[in-house]
Amino acid sequence: MKFSTAASAFVLGLCATGTAAFAAEQIHIAGSSTVLPYATIVAEAFAEANPNFKAPIVEGGGSSAGLKEFCKGVGDDTIDIADASRPIKDSELEACKAAGVTEVQEIRIGYDGIVFASDIKGPDFAFEPADWFNAIGAQVLKDGQLVDNPNAKWSDVKADFPDWEIAAYIPGEKHGTREVFELNVLLAGCKATKAYDAFIASGLAKGDAEKACYKVRKDGKAVDIDGEYNETLARIDSNKTGIGVFGLAFYENNQDKLKVATMSGIAPSVETISKGEYPVSRPLFFYVKKAHLGVVPGLKEYVEFFLADQMIGPRSPAVAKGLVPAPKDERQKVLADFQAGKTL
Amino acid sequence: MTEAASTVPASRLGGAEVRKISKIDIGLKRRYAAERRFRTYGVLAVTIAICFLVALFSSIVSRGYTAFQQTRISMIVDFDPNIIAPDGDRSADAVMSGNAFRFDDLIAASLQKTLELDPNDEDALYDALDLLSKGSAPMLRSMIANDPSLIGTKRNVDFYATGDVDSFIKGSIRADIPESQRLIKDKHIALIEKLENEGALRLAFNTGLFTNGASTRPEMAGVGVALVGSLYMMLVVLVLSLPLGVAGSIYLEEFAPKNRWTDLIEVNINNLAAVPSIVYGLLGLAVFINFAHLPRSASLVGGLVLTLTTLPTIIIATRAALKAVPPSIREAGLGVGASKMQTVFHHVLPLAMPGVLTGTIIGLAHALGETAPLLMIGMKAFVVEYPTTPFDPATALPTQIYMWATEPERAFTERTSAAIIVLLAFLLAMNSLAIILRRAFERRW
Repeated sequence: MKFSTAASAFVLGLCATGTAAFAAEQIHIAGSSTVLPYATIVAEAFAEANPNFKAPIVEGGGSSAGLKEFCKGVGDDTIDIADASRPIKDSELEACKAAGVTEVQEIRIGYDGIVFASDIKGPDFAFEPADWFNAIGAQVLKDGQLVDNPNAKWSDVKADFPDWEIAAYIPGEKHGTREVFELNVLLAGCKATKAYDAFIASGLAKGDAEKACYKVRKDGKAVDIDGEYNETLARIDSNKTGIGVFGLAFYENNQDKLKVATMSGIAPSVETISKGEYPVSRPLFFYVKKAHLGVVPGLKEYVEFFLADQMIGPRSPAVAKGLVPAPKDERQKVLADFQAGKTL
Repeated sequence: MTEAASTVPASRLGGAEVRKISKIDIGLKRRYAAERRFRTYGVLAVTIAICFLVALFSSIVSRGYTAFQQTRISMIVDFDPNIIAPDGDRSADAVMSGNAFRFDDLIAASLQKTLELDPNDEDALYDALDLLSKGSAPMLRSMIANDPSLIGTKRNVDFYATGDVDSFIKGSIRADIPESQRLIKDKHIALIEKLENEGALRLAFNTGLFTNGASTRPEMAGVGVALVGSLYMMLVVLVLSLPLGVAGSIYLEEFAPKNRWTDLIEVNINNLAAVPSIVYGLLGLAVFINFAHLPRSASLVGGLVLTLTTLPTIIIATRAALKAVPPSIREAGLGVGASKMQTVFHHVLPLAMPGVLTGTIIGLAHALGETAPLLMIGMKAFVVEYPTTPFDPATALPTQIYMWATEPERAFTERTSAAIIVLLAFLLAMNSLAIILRRAFERRW
């Protein structure tokens, strides 16, 4: 009996020292896989420029997962920064506050553009949001009636599109890009084709009509891709008449395989996105725990380093990797807000 | 043997008996045919399996072998003390502090000299700088900090070419596609040819692949941190699961009473072995990180989670090995007056050792390749610095492969396959060790 008591005491002691041995030495970041490449670039450059701080640890995992980790509480074993490809939701902010993360600082780092691209050898496409809604919406307007989507080919959607079976590879529902796709493509197309009015006329409330617009057909013509853009590219490789949704950076790295389509007559580029001309773009963020500033070494310096022109300005490595830079005055305002300690 | 015995005497027998035996002969033929068919199926099955294996290996190796070599650009660098240590302080601290761009100046100067560029032509300089890894300046800086005696000398330094140049040299970015779609432009190709002519460009063994940590630049990225992380995890798994698993199974097999409770435990252990590993990841997140407040991304937590996944495997293998020891060994031990415990530890366990070791090593090899539970506890992370203890953040080989597989750059594609080759080499080494140990401990009775 004595032996087993001693043994269990030893095991418990080991656990205790394990916990005590840990103190936050490094910045810990998690969240959006869209922001991940920029965060890693900055983390690497930050460690190189500041040899006295340890390199931050950056995890992907998605905006929602990152914010969930972020809102677990304050302390050594929680993350310091959550990357997000969408603004934090009120419900998440409440969860944060309930767990003791009362002060959250929002940093907007730039923009991300979503492009529509097909195989390089195919024809050029010029899309309107309405085309996409008619191609992949669950219910569309046909001769003034709401019907289950009857379009089988792109040429059914618009006569001058090629005679291709509709095969659209769109971001899956847990993907951060899904929201901007729903909002700027599906809803815009829904409203442009008057299907939205028809949903309202059929007795749906405003919110429900929007949800009806977001519904994507389930007959296999629209495929949700929950993984990375590499998977979408592989799908297009095997089905040359497929059309996929990509990030601007991914498209730019694979210009030899993909042909990009215009949306509402505007070709996606760093320029058209930062000027707000290209319709399918979204801001990118990260969120900082104010309580950790000054506790975790280098956290404040990291945030300021991130916001430097050398990192996210027009000629920065993050931009080379696909980030669309924000205009200069917006960047300066974000930095000023951070330094003034503005919280959500 | 049987064929000869049954056919030869048949000629000497009477008619009725011949008929009877020939009937048996017909049956024999059919049975031989069945056996031949079965053997053919067996050969076929093995051939198909080997075909798949060869296809897998050849696709991975053909994609990955290029990553073991890397393009270097060697240039003579003038370690000018006026630039490196303008205030005369040549200590490592002084090198690591101060203006970071002075090392870029050193590189630009030696590039201009090597390529004989016009010093006033900034565009040409930036085009040439595009060829070098963006990590060159920090690399040069830490090189000087490690050896301040370099200051004031002129030395040949090997710089990494960027991943795109590397892919171009190896042919995975082709020159025959239109320039607008190519990542390496014509002006870069001209510079590359110039460097080749001067002999400054060469392929060398990619040591960084094994020693570097994570990097956003493919040419600087390596599996070093992942290797150390995996090693720490294997250590934790070995230290925890071998004693726990072996002790648990000895107790269950040799000492525990056989009743409903031990049956229940046995059924549960078999069930646990079949639980998807992601479930253990969620458990680890809830118990080790959220409840016990162990650090995220630490290899200790990874090891603990993997211990949970390997324990059932080890217990099942150990129990099977103990069961395989003939009861006569135990009876003899007890018969000459040994206690139960002496019998088990002096006679049964040594005989079961080959099976125990095989089970343990195969369990460890399984754990080495396990990815899903690590995703939940934050080991799929960008970690630059080596972990010094198991409490420090680290990644693991399979998660590193997963992360590289999602990168868009071409140079990461070959590195993904190279990392898979490294992982496979480790698995092969571990499984060979299992075979060697089994041979070494094998006893006959």
